Amino acid sequence: MSTSPNLVPKKVPPHFKRPLLETPFHARARDLSQVDSFVAWAGYTTVDVFTSVEQEYFAIRNATTLYDLTPMVKYRIAGPDAVPYLNRLVTRDVTKLKPDRVAYCVWCNDTGHLVDDGTVFRLGEGEYRLCTAERQIDWLLDSAIGFAVTVDEITEEIAALAVQGPTSCAVLTAAGLAELALLKPFELGYFSLAGFPVTVSRTGFTGDLGYELWMAPAAAEPVWDALMAAGRSRGIRAIGSQALNLARLEAGFLSPNVDFVSAEHTLRTGRDRSPLELGLAWLVDFDKGHFTGRRALLAERQRGPRRLLVGLDVAGNKPAHNALLYLQPDGKREIGSVTSAAWSPTCKRNIALAMVDAPYFRTGSTVWADIYLNRELVWERRMSRAEVVERPFFAPGRRRATPPAGF
Amino acid sequence: MEQQQSARYDFIVIGGGHNGLVCAATLARAGRRVLVLEAQSRVGGAAGTREFAPGFRVSSCAHLLHLMPADLIRGLELESHGLEFSARGMPTTALRPDGPPLPVTEAGEYTQRMRRFARALAPLFGKVPPRLGTDDWSDRWALLGLAWQIRRLGKRDMRELLRIGGMNVFDLLEEQFDSEALKGALGFDAVLGTNFGPRSPGTVLTLLYRMAAESAGGEGALSQPKGGLGAVCDALAKSATAHGATIRTASPVARILVTADRAAGVELESGERIEAGAVVSSADPKTTFLKLLGTKYLDTGFVRRVNHIRARGLAAKLHLALDRAPQFTGVDPGAAKGRLLLAPSLNYLERAYNHAKYGEYSSAPAMEITVPTLNEPELAPSGKHVLSAIVQYAPYALKAGWQDGRQRFTQLCLDVLEGVAPGLQGSVLHADLLTPLDIEREFRIDGGHWHHGELAFDQFFMVRPVPGAAQHGTPMPGLYLCGAGCHPGGGVMGTPGRNAAQRVLEGAA
Repeated sequence: MSTSPNLVPKKVPPHFKRPLLETPFHARARDLSQVDSFVAWAGYTTVDVFTSVEQEYFAIRNATTLYDLTPMVKYRIAGPDAVPYLNRLVTRDVTKLKPDRVAYCVWCNDTGHLVDDGTVFRLGEGEYRLCTAERQIDWLLDSAIGFAVTVDEITEEIAALAVQGPTSCAVLTAAGLAELALLKPFELGYFSLAGFPVTVSRTGFTGDLGYELWMAPAAAEPVWDALMAAGRSRGIRAIGSQALNLARLEAGFLSPNVDFVSAEHTLRTGRDRSPLELGLAWLVDFDKGHFTGRRALLAERQRGPRRLLVGLDVAGNKPAHNALLYLQPDGKREIGSVTSAAWSPTCKRNIALAMVDAPYFRTGSTVWADIYLNRELVWERRMSRAEVVERPFFAPGRRRATPPAGF
Repeated sequence: MEQQQSARYDFIVIGGGHNGLVCAATLARAGRRVLVLEAQSRVGGAAGTREFAPGFRVSSCAHLLHLMPADLIRGLELESHGLEFSARGMPTTALRPDGPPLPVTEAGEYTQRMRRFARALAPLFGKVPPRLGTDDWSDRWALLGLAWQIRRLGKRDMRELLRIGGMNVFDLLEEQFDSEALKGALGFDAVLGTNFGPRSPGTVLTLLYRMAAESAGGEGALSQPKGGLGAVCDALAKSATAHGATIRTASPVARILVTADRAAGVELESGERIEAGAVVSSADPKTTFLKLLGTKYLDTGFVRRVNHIRARGLAAKLHLALDRAPQFTGVDPGAAKGRLLLAPSLNYLERAYNHAKYGEYSSAPAMEITVPTLNEPELAPSGKHVLSAIVQYAPYALKAGWQDGRQRFTQLCLDVLEGVAPGLQGSVLHADLLTPLDIEREFRIDGGHWHHGELAFDQFFMVRPVPGAAQHGTPMPGLYLCGAGCHPGGGVMGTPGRNAAQRVLEGAA
């Protein structure tokens, strides 16, 4: 399958010596990796940084980027009860999801705490795909008791590539995806690329114009090559997870195990998070009928959430990584903590996502972030003023414009 | 679809077995309008009386009454509603194929100690179990009460209870006795109607649990109701209707209707819909939640727990129509009228269980035998007799399938009986075997387990049937459980039905 013989070991060592899988894009990523920075993601080895985070980040905001998201866990959900099944699983109303559309969803356990978030694709009659960050087969199968539905994991059957950035539509169009420009946000289309069928969804994790391409593993390398060729004059670049993480923070998206931990994985009490606490109340449809966690969430809505994930605009330019939040600069009354933080190069703001206790999470409230800085091995502490602000931090009009601007 | 707008009831009770009827009678006495819906053509369910051959009648599953609390029988005035006994204080005799039968009476210090332990647990039975981890003082008091009951036992007994509480009954009896027959008979009580052998972990607790229920019913008060166990349910039905309850038989419920996230009635298999303020189900938890309500109204975690309830039946019921009274070798006429146990040793029981573990029936099954016609000849045509036996072990999911297995297992049971009652085979006019599969079909008990769920440490008390439904209320507002799947469990006890009625009245007040 690979066309880079010099990179493929002559003899493949036994699986237990190489416990991480390689995605169908791995050989290409290997070729482009300059700093040899790979990380494990859901059982695969994937690129953390190709060249430098800054270069890759600016490609997301100014050109086109390729990001291998094959490790995203994918489930095929099919059968006559697929809709009632999904509607009981997730908090959104799946009956409203039209054919060839995608919906961002969360699902909860009985106590209304988040099990995971992901996207639901409506592919065909009674056939849906659920993409999640973590493996969920146990929860999905137990949720299927009493429903005429089949749930199959198909992660390895589908290679996935995110093509994101302001010139992404132009690159894909140049690669031969005619009429891609008509694809609306959260819409699905079926195209041909490099001679292979490719499903394209206008979705992404960057908060920018962008698409996600879904294909058979055999199509991975030809598609990659075709896109690289088509995008050469439009600044195409492969990116790793670190650059993406910065972009997703600007877009205000949550990262599992960073901004929340699945309720199926938490061990300590009080570490579970509900969608209301995560600022995802807009994803919860109480009027659609029963879904797992509905009764608990109704009770929570009644009494009001105890804490809320909010955006922070932090004074200064030092990212408030892991900072504890206080009501006053005296640092006596603790009222929350930062889950994600970064200096936003595009917003030119020091931004963060933080879990803040009631009632201090109201927009416009002031909190104080206790920031630790390591300066040449000497730790310094800085109590920085931070304001609770609306998310997302960065939401350019181009992310929703249809058709997107040409380049 | 709406066929008719029936009279509105406060409560619909699904199932006219003893627990459903106790619940209905208690609710009716509190002035509530109650409708009981029974699938079969007469009340009783698994605590019914059936005619298994022309003129021969027998209790369908359980054939002795000893767990129903005396104050329940009194409170619902069952005796004035027609409950009579053809025998009370029945003796127990251990049969031995290779020796004289052994009368099982008080086994001295062992029985006394076990009864002290059972009495310490007994107060839990009449109450709705407390919830864990709440701020509710009634829950805390209930837990403190349990701790106090155990503390009251004193240091020596507390230590002993702690020691034996997690043991298996085999090891405990090995410590105490030499007689194989006695150990077999005492051990049988720990595994009767369960999916356990005497060496299975936790069987001492299961035995204590059964004895605790017994202590509420009056210790050692084995009774045979006149007309079979069905007579208990007939009296319960009369007690309920006397206070205004309506009982409809031959009215199987197809599903529980939900309106605005509340159980608001039922739909019968006939398509008829009946509304009510709340629905109380005496069906087993799996049937109630997975079949009648449907998982779409429940959360995944709860469904997962319900799905994991261990409720695979392992006890079969054998009914024989006999041309003449059976003659058990060495058993005197008085003992023959009592309860006869065929479990000559603990190893016999354990071997019988071995087969069941692998989906086979026991090649030498253990039995609890009664000959009800010796106490009440009217149960059979003149001069004829009925033998009723609970037979273990007969697994629900028989590997070979009950289609083929039924005849062979029946014959095997007859051969075993022949060993203790020579000549019996020649007098058999008709044999009727109820396998767990039959019990599932006939009485609509998922898995055919007549306790509606294994009686084991992990399914007792505040985790019976599952957390979230252990206080009779369920995650579905307006739906309650009142069957044997609830604390304190199976056997013809009626306590779950009574506890449920109390909780329902509190909840609906």
